[in-house]
Amino acid sequence: MSILVDNTTKVVFQGITGSAGSFHARQCIAYGTQVVAGCTPLRGGEVFEAKGAKDEAVRVPIFDTVSQAVQETGANTSIIFVPPLGAADAILEALDSGCRLIVCITEHIPVTDMIRVRRALDGSSATLLGPNCPGVISPGKCKLGIMPAHIHRPGKFGVVSRSGTLTYEAVGQLTALGMGQSTCVGIGGDPVKGLDFIEVLKLFNEDPDTEGVMMIGEIGGNGEELAADWIKKNMKKPVAGFIAGTTAPPGKRMGHAGAIISGGKGTASEKIAAMQAAGIRVAPSPAEMGKTLKSML
Amino acid sequence: MKIHEYQGKALFSRYGIAVPKGIPVFKPEDVPAAAQKLIDETKVPVVVVKAQIHAGGRGKAGGVVVVKGGPAAARTAAEKIFGKPLVTIQTGPEGQVVRRLYVEQGLDIKRELYVALVVDRETRRIAVIASTEGGMDIEEVAAHTPEKIITEFVDPLHGLAAFQARKLAFALRVGEGSPDPKSTINQFVSVVSTLARLFEKEDCSLCEINPLIVTGQGDIVALDAKITFDDNASARHREWAELIDTDEEDPVELEAQAAGLSYVSLDGNIGCLVNGAGLAMATMDIIKHYGGTPANFLDVGGSATKDQVKQAFGMILKSPKVKGIFVNIFGGIAKCDLIAEGIVAATKELGLKVPLVVRLEGTNVDAGKRILAESGLAIQSADNMGDGAQKIVSATK
Repeated sequence: MSILVDNTTKVVFQGITGSAGSFHARQCIAYGTQVVAGCTPLRGGEVFEAKGAKDEAVRVPIFDTVSQAVQETGANTSIIFVPPLGAADAILEALDSGCRLIVCITEHIPVTDMIRVRRALDGSSATLLGPNCPGVISPGKCKLGIMPAHIHRPGKFGVVSRSGTLTYEAVGQLTALGMGQSTCVGIGGDPVKGLDFIEVLKLFNEDPDTEGVMMIGEIGGNGEELAADWIKKNMKKPVAGFIAGTTAPPGKRMGHAGAIISGGKGTASEKIAAMQAAGIRVAPSPAEMGKTLKSML
Repeated sequence: MKIHEYQGKALFSRYGIAVPKGIPVFKPEDVPAAAQKLIDETKVPVVVVKAQIHAGGRGKAGGVVVVKGGPAAARTAAEKIFGKPLVTIQTGPEGQVVRRLYVEQGLDIKRELYVALVVDRETRRIAVIASTEGGMDIEEVAAHTPEKIITEFVDPLHGLAAFQARKLAFALRVGEGSPDPKSTINQFVSVVSTLARLFEKEDCSLCEINPLIVTGQGDIVALDAKITFDDNASARHREWAELIDTDEEDPVELEAQAAGLSYVSLDGNIGCLVNGAGLAMATMDIIKHYGGTPANFLDVGGSATKDQVKQAFGMILKSPKVKGIFVNIFGGIAKCDLIAEGIVAATKELGLKVPLVVRLEGTNVDAGKRILAESGLAIQSADNMGDGAQKIVSATK
C-alpha cells in the first residue's frame, strides 16, 4: 500500500496548457500516472498529447471547468499549476468539483487567499497538499508532482518534508542504501497550507506497508514541535528526522515564506530538542539522513 | 515588504483610524517649518521628531525625541539623528542610517496599549493580539507575563466580529480612567475592527500599533504604525511601488530578487550556491558541521538556468570575505548539464580565483560532470553533500 496516491488516482491537471503545467503533465504521464483530464478556461475541447510509460500515445481531453472534467472523466484528484493570484480560486474550484485530493504546486500565493481557502476546507472531506510544494509520489504507482522520478524506488519507507530539493536529497540517500519508499510527501514551505506533518504521519502510521518514516523540517513555525508531541503519544513506527536551518540568522526569511525565526521562536535547536525528546533520531548532518533512519531498524 | 511609520499612518488615516498630526521631512532644515505648522495647528508647543527606519526599537535607541523648545530645538534634535546610523535591537550592530524624519504633534498620553495583527499558523487565521503593556517590547511581555496578552482570531468568512473587539476592550479595561469610558471603548472597538479589515484588504503580513494610546480626553490614537505587506500579493497592489524605500534594503538582496534568486548574506567565508531553499539551508548547516562558516544563503530556485547560475556567482564574489565556493545541486527540474555550463561560463568570465567545489546530483548528472571535467578548470568535484562540504572547508582553512 501507500498513502494519498496510488493506482486508483485519476488526475485532472489544472493549468495543463501553461509551460510548467504541460512540462510536468508530460513527466507524470510518462511515469504512468493516470492523467485523465486537463483544465484551462477557454481551451475546452482541445486535446493534450503526451507519451505514457510504455511510450504509447496518451491523449488527455481539456475542459473549461474542473467540474466538467470530473463529470466526463471520473477524475478524483487535482493537481494545480495555476499562477499565484489565480491559484486560490483553482483550489476552490477543485474542492467544489468533488476532488478528494488537491495538490497545489504553485508558489507565492498571498497568505490571505490561503486563509480563505483553509476556511472553505473546514468541514469538507477533501485533502489539500501544499501550496508551494513538490507534490507526492508513491513510487511505481503514481507521481503527482514535480519531483525527479528516477531517484525513487518502491519500498517501505515514508518521507514527509517541508522542503523540495532537500526531500530529493533524503530520497536519494534512502535509495542508495537500498531503502525504497512507500510514499514521499512534500507538504510545502508556506505558513498557511493544507496537510501538515501530523496528518501525514497519521497516514503513515496506519499504512501497513510503511515501516519507518523520515521527517524533514526547517526553521519557522511550530509544526515540528507539534508533530514530535504527536509522535511521542501515537507513533508505532521509527521516525528519523532532520531540521534545516541550524545556521540561519533570526529575522531573515530563508527562501520559503514560512522559514523564518521570529521573536526567538521556531529555531532549529528547539525543534531538534522536541524531536529527540519524542524518540526521533535526528541526523547530525543532512548527509546522514538515510543512514540515521537505517540505524533505527 | 516593510513601509515607514509615516506611510503606515497615512494608510491608517485613509481607513479612519485616528493618528497624530504629522509631517514627513527629508532634510533637517525643513524641520522647523514643519514643527511651527504643527504647533500653530494644534496650539500645543510640544512636537516629536521621529527617525524613520524599517526597524523597531527606535524609541529606546534615541530615535524618537520629544521637543518642548519650539522649532529651533526641533531642528537641533533632528540634526542629532539625521544622516547617522541608528542602532536598535532590530538593526544589528551596524545600525540603519536615518534618511527620513517624521515630525508629529505631541499628545497627552494617559495609557499605552498594544495591538498587533499577524498570521497565526496554527489556527490558519489572522490573530489579533492585544495587551495593556504598550510601549514595551511585546516579546518580553509574552515571555514573562503571557497572561497580559489577549488574542482573538478573525474568521475570514465574516471578519472580526464586534463582540470579539469588545472582548479585547473589556479585557484590557480600555475605559478605565477615561472621562468618557463609553466613547473610549467604542473608539477602541472601531480601531480594532478597522485594522482587521485593513489587514485583509491591503494584504498585510504584519500590522502592529505599539503603542495605541488613550489620551487624557479618552480618545484612542495610533501613536505608531508598523506594517509589513505580503510580497506574494504585490501583483495586485500597484500602489506599493511608491512606498518602497530601497535605502532600507540590502542592495545585494534586491539584486538577487530582480534576478529571481533568493539571497541572504551571512558572516562566514564560504560562498554557497544551491537549488532549493531547504537544501540551501542544509548546505549552510553542513559547512558549519565540518567546521567552516557560510558566507550566504543562496537559492537559485528549483528550475535554475545557466544565466541565473552566472548571476549567482557574480553576487557571491561581490563579498571580499569569500574564500571559497561550494555549489550543491540536486537537479530535479533543474538539469545538471545546464548548471555545469553556467558554472564553467561564470568561472571563465569572472576569472575565479578562489577554490570551487561542485557537487552535482540528479537529472543529467553525467553530462554535467563531463562538462566540468572537460572545461580544464580547477574545479573539485564532490561525490555527495558531505564530501563536498569537507572539501570546501579544508580548501578554505
